[in-house]
Amino acid sequence: MATVAEVNLLGAVNLALKRAMTEDERVIVFGEDVGVDGGVFRATDGLLQSFGPKRVLDTPLAETLIAGLAVGLAAQGFRPVAEIQFMGFIYATLDQMINHASRLRTRTRGRLTCPMVLRAPYGGGIHAPEHHSESTESLFAHVPGLRVVIPSTPADAYGLLLSAIRDPDPVVFLEPKRLYRQVSEPVEDDGTGVPLDRCRVRRAGSDITLVSWGAMMHETLAAADALGADGISSEVIDVCTLKPLDTATILDSVSRTGRLVIVHEAARTAGFGAEVAASVAEAGLFDLKAPVLRVTGWDTVMPLPRHESAYLPDAARIVEAARRVMAYD
Amino acid sequence: MASAADLDIHHTAYLGPDGEPLQALPESLSAPESLVALYRDMVFARLFDTRAIALQRTGRLGTYASLLGQEAVGVGVGHAMRAEDVLLPSFREHAVQLKRGVQAEEIYRYWGGDERGSDFAGPKEDFPVCITVGGHTPQAAGVALAFKLRGEPRVAVCVMGDGATSKGDFYEGLNAAGVWQLPFVCVVTNNQWAISTPRREQTAAETLAQKAIAVGIEGEQVDGNDVVAVAAVVGSALAQARAGRPALVECLTYRLGDHTTVDDASRYREDAEVSAAWQRDPVARLRLYLTNQAGWNKDREQALLAECEQAIERAVEAYLETPPEPVGSLFDFLYERLPEPLAAQRKALLGGDRG
Repeated sequence: MATVAEVNLLGAVNLALKRAMTEDERVIVFGEDVGVDGGVFRATDGLLQSFGPKRVLDTPLAETLIAGLAVGLAAQGFRPVAEIQFMGFIYATLDQMINHASRLRTRTRGRLTCPMVLRAPYGGGIHAPEHHSESTESLFAHVPGLRVVIPSTPADAYGLLLSAIRDPDPVVFLEPKRLYRQVSEPVEDDGTGVPLDRCRVRRAGSDITLVSWGAMMHETLAAADALGADGISSEVIDVCTLKPLDTATILDSVSRTGRLVIVHEAARTAGFGAEVAASVAEAGLFDLKAPVLRVTGWDTVMPLPRHESAYLPDAARIVEAARRVMAYD
Repeated sequence: MASAADLDIHHTAYLGPDGEPLQALPESLSAPESLVALYRDMVFARLFDTRAIALQRTGRLGTYASLLGQEAVGVGVGHAMRAEDVLLPSFREHAVQLKRGVQAEEIYRYWGGDERGSDFAGPKEDFPVCITVGGHTPQAAGVALAFKLRGEPRVAVCVMGDGATSKGDFYEGLNAAGVWQLPFVCVVTNNQWAISTPRREQTAAETLAQKAIAVGIEGEQVDGNDVVAVAAVVGSALAQARAGRPALVECLTYRLGDHTTVDDASRYREDAEVSAAWQRDPVARLRLYLTNQAGWNKDREQALLAECEQAIERAVEAYLETPPEPVGSLFDFLYERLPEPLAAQRKALLGGDRG
C-alpha cells in the first residue's frame, strides 16, 4: 500500500530501508549503533523494533569487518545493507570494497556475486568534528565493478536506495548529511525505484549546463536562480550515479548549451569533476563555446568547522564561474 | 582480579616424525583404509604441486605458490569438513581445495592466469583463494553469520597463514565470530615463514592459537604435519562450531618450498633449517606409519603413484587444452548486466578501436 509522507532525506532513507526489508527477507541491515540506537543520525530508527535482531545487527566497532561481513553475506544470498557511520571511517573498508566486493563476480565468472550496499553519510556543512566532513567519492568511483550513487533529494534518496538494494552488484551509497534534515518533500512510499546509472535533469535550460551532485545540488540550484534573475538560463544536471557515469545526458545538454560548469565539494585534483570534464572534452569538444570550469573544494585538508564555509563551494562561487563562462561569445 | 581464561594451549599429535604412534589413534581414523585414503590425497597434492612448479618452469603456468610440506594441513582440514560447509582459503591451500572437490585443472587454470579457474564445478559456494592476506577472515564471519541467521548446521572454514594473524582484519573477523558465537573455524597454517619474515618476527606471542583467547573463543595447536591430528582436532572444532562455538586451530608445519616460483628462499633462510624440516615431512610420516602398521609396501606405493600421476596428467592436458576465453569476458562479469556507459568500451575492445 502506498502512502505519501512529507519526509526529509533522512526520513526517506529510513522509509526505503523499511520498504526493502518488508518486500525482501534477504535484506538485512547492520553497522555501528544501527540497532537499539537507530543510527547516530537515526537513519535506521525503528528497524530493530520492526524487523528484530536477526535482521538488524549492531556490529563491533570495526569497519573492515562491516564491509567483509557484507561480502560474505552477499555471497551467501543475503542482500546486506551495511552502514559506515561517517565517510571519514570508510577507508578501512577499501580493501574489502576494491579487492573483494567489486571483483567477486569477475574473479569467479559469476559463480559468486556481491549484491551489497555500503551506506555512509558524507560531506561537510554541519560543523561536525574532524574526520566527519570529507567528500571522497572519487576513491570509489575509480573502481571497476562498483556503483557509486549519491541522492540529493528525499524522493531520490528513497528511489535510488531501493534500486541500490535491489541491484545485483555492490553499490556505495553516499548520503549528503548536510541535506539529511534540510529539506522535506512528499515521498510516495510505493516501492518504486529510481533507475541507477542515469543522470537527472533537475532543471531544463538553454545557456549553460551546471553539473553537480549531493549537497552541492542545492547551491547549484540557488546559483541557477541567481543567474536566471539576470536572464541566463541554466540547465542543471544531478549526476545521481557517479559510477558508471551517464555521459550521454551530460553531452546532450552541453551540445545545446555549449557551456559547462561542474560543481563538487570534494577537493579538485582527481575529483570526479575531472572525469566529467574529460568526458566532455573527448566527445563534445566542438560543442563548447567556452572553457569548462570546475567549482570545487580546495586542494586542502578538509578544515575543522571554523573554516568550513571557506572550503565549501557556495552559490556565489558558482555564479562567478558561470559568469566567466558566459563571457565567451 | 578477574580470571580471564585458561592460558594453557593444548597441543595434539598422534604420529611422531618417524611414523610411530604417540598415542592410540582416534577411532574414526584408525582403520587402515581411512588412512590410506588420506595418504592418497596427500600424495596427490604433492604431485599436483610438483607438476605445477614444472609447468611454471617451462612457461606454461604463471607465478605459483607451492604447498610443499603443508599437505597434511589441507588434507586433514578437507577430511574434517562436510560438503555443505564453506571454505575460504588463502593462496597456498590447494590441498584442501583439491580435497573439497576443486579440480586440479581448475587450480592450474587460475594460476595459469584464467579467471575461469575459480568457477569451480564442485564446491559451488567455496570462495576463491584470498590473495590479500587475512582479508577473507571478515568474509568468513559473514558466511558464518549467514548460516547462523538461516539456522543451517554449516560452518565457514577460513584457512590462512601465520602472517595473517598479525593483521587487523584477522582480529576483526575472529572477534565477530566470538561476539556472535558464529559457526566459524579459523585454521592457521603456521608454516613459519611469511615470505622472508620468520614466525618469531610476526609476534611476541608464544603461540598463534592463543590469539583466540583475546576474543573469547577456543584456540589450540596441532602438529600440522600429522594428518591424523589435523583431521581429529579440526573435526572436533567443526563439531563445536556447528553447535555455535567458534574455534581457532593453529597447525604447526613448515613451508619446504619458496614463497612462490618468483621467490628464492635461500636469500633469507638456512639450508640446515630446511633439511631439518624435511625430517618432519608429513607424507613420509604417514607412509612410515602405514608401512609399519598397515602392510603398506612398494607395490602399493608404485600403484598409488601411477594412479595419481595419471590423474594429474589428465588434469594438465585438460588445462593446456582449455580454449581461450574470448576477450569480451573482461566486461562480461563486471556487473550482472553491462551498464550502458561501458558498452562503448567493450565494443572498442572487440572492434579493434582501442582509442
